Amino acid sequence: MSFESSCDETSVAIIEDGNKILSNIVATQINSHKRFGGVVPEVASRHHIEEITICIGDAMKKANVTYDDLTAVAVTYGPGLVGALLIGVTAAKAVAWAHNLPLIPVNHIAGHISAAAFVKPIEYPALALVVSGGHTELVLMPEEGEFKIIGETRDDAAGEAYDKVGRVLGLSYPAGPVVDEMAADGKDTFNFPRAMEKDDNYDFSFSGLKSAFINTVHHADQVNETLDKNDLAASFQSAVVDVLVDKTLKALKEFPVKQLILAGGVAANKGLRNALENSIKQTELVKAPIKLCGDNAAMIGAAAYVLNKKHKYAGTELNADPSLEFDWLEDAEK
Amino acid sequence: MKVLALDTSNRPLTVAIVEDNQILATETTTVHQKHAEFLMPVIEDMFNKCDLKPNDIDRIVVSSGPGSYTGIRIATATAKTLAFTLNKELVGVSSLCTLALNCEQENMLVMPIFNARNNNAFTGLYRIVDGQPVSMIEDCHTDFDQWLDRIKHNFDNEQICLVGDYSVFLDEITEKLGKNFYELKFDNNLPKAVKLAKYGQTLSPVDNIDNFVPRYLRLTKAESDWQKLHPEEVNQSYVQKND
Repeated sequence: MSFESSCDETSVAIIEDGNKILSNIVATQINSHKRFGGVVPEVASRHHIEEITICIGDAMKKANVTYDDLTAVAVTYGPGLVGALLIGVTAAKAVAWAHNLPLIPVNHIAGHISAAAFVKPIEYPALALVVSGGHTELVLMPEEGEFKIIGETRDDAAGEAYDKVGRVLGLSYPAGPVVDEMAADGKDTFNFPRAMEKDDNYDFSFSGLKSAFINTVHHADQVNETLDKNDLAASFQSAVVDVLVDKTLKALKEFPVKQLILAGGVAANKGLRNALENSIKQTELVKAPIKLCGDNAAMIGAAAYVLNKKHKYAGTELNADPSLEFDWLEDAEK
Repeated sequence: MKVLALDTSNRPLTVAIVEDNQILATETTTVHQKHAEFLMPVIEDMFNKCDLKPNDIDRIVVSSGPGSYTGIRIATATAKTLAFTLNKELVGVSSLCTLALNCEQENMLVMPIFNARNNNAFTGLYRIVDGQPVSMIEDCHTDFDQWLDRIKHNFDNEQICLVGDYSVFLDEITEKLGKNFYELKFDNNLPKAVKLAKYGQTLSPVDNIDNFVPRYLRLTKAESDWQKLHPEEVNQSYVQKND
């Protein structure tokens, strides 16, 4: 049984052998946070405690299991919003202790990457491009259960930039999927900057692109010029995707791996999926299933399967770690 | 009846296991506020020492707020999940009422206070009737001056027992209510899970554990701003479930 509550989704899943979903209940608060134009942490925590036992009950019912059928309890303990994480962690600890089951703490990003295990077995070494509303990073996995960051965003996450740009276009939160759709109908005519594309590292930066976008739109407003919104979306998306693909290709050259995994909420972006498909030729590309790109507990169950093999358990003192992150691969930080 | 009682509403953490009128174990700490980390180990350790299994408990009683938002969520989420997963009875008690349990003088008025900063407080007024606190003015989040005016208006000249964070408000209280109060001190100014457990045995358990949530007594700022602008949409559900 796995729990995920790091942001605005309360989710409980029952996963068998790390790759079979018996149930994956996701209670999403998007409509609540839409009212505020983004996730309000205290509101998120309040929703999580409203939903948590309902999700447990539904997950067990749908999977048709009893507590005797369970091997372990897994939970996201970071990174994320601390108050939100704490509901999943507290509930998971209670269930694990009540039924004398081992408790497996899972890194949220490891969870996102592990969503690929529902497509096919992950082969190592592997490289993962994780792109979401809170994260943009390249993660090297030399072997099973080992995660090393080789590059990450220096400012905004890619998904965050999508949401902010969407707001300027008058779209409601979360804007990412709509920008993706609009981009499909537009052309890259604005030629926004590709930040850090030429730098000798695997880091990203999206705040300059975001500012360039906002300046373009505001300037047009001032001179009463109407810009094609689809072209704006397409230009923004091209800039994001170009940098992501470019850095990924560069990383694949230095670190030859068996698989490249695309995961995280923005991995559902069609522009990004297509661009990677077209440019990754030498390495097998494994994309997280669209349904499992957003936050969900199924992916946490997949990650926990690996940790369970290694007996990576926690006691009842487990706490949330909002700024949890993988270690950097040394030398990569040139 | 074996009862597990817990309160992490503010800085103190208190846990007890009580069987009818007998205290099996209790622990209270005040030196830290790391409830997320320490609550479950305290419970686990207490069950081990009492030679009890989680399933041996009949009822869980929790102080469900008001208090620190994170604090009340930790105790409430723990109690709610344990009751749900073990299929046991769940009772929620106001965290202010839990403090009021420390006053045992029959017919006395009790005013438990949690400091909510900027001269605000979470407070309520109780009267001890047949040895138990009965709510006279509902728990609320209030400006403390306005609160004292209300007390003076309705209960003038009655002696009041103060418990909780009263010391920061003592000047105001003296100014408005005179010297007609007395202060609970030392152990009687801490929430006691043993008393919570005993009191919780007398209440009816919640009908639906899924619906059990903390008593925040205060909307988030985002939510109250939004409600002011959208009075017609209050009480809608915004959470969507997919499976």
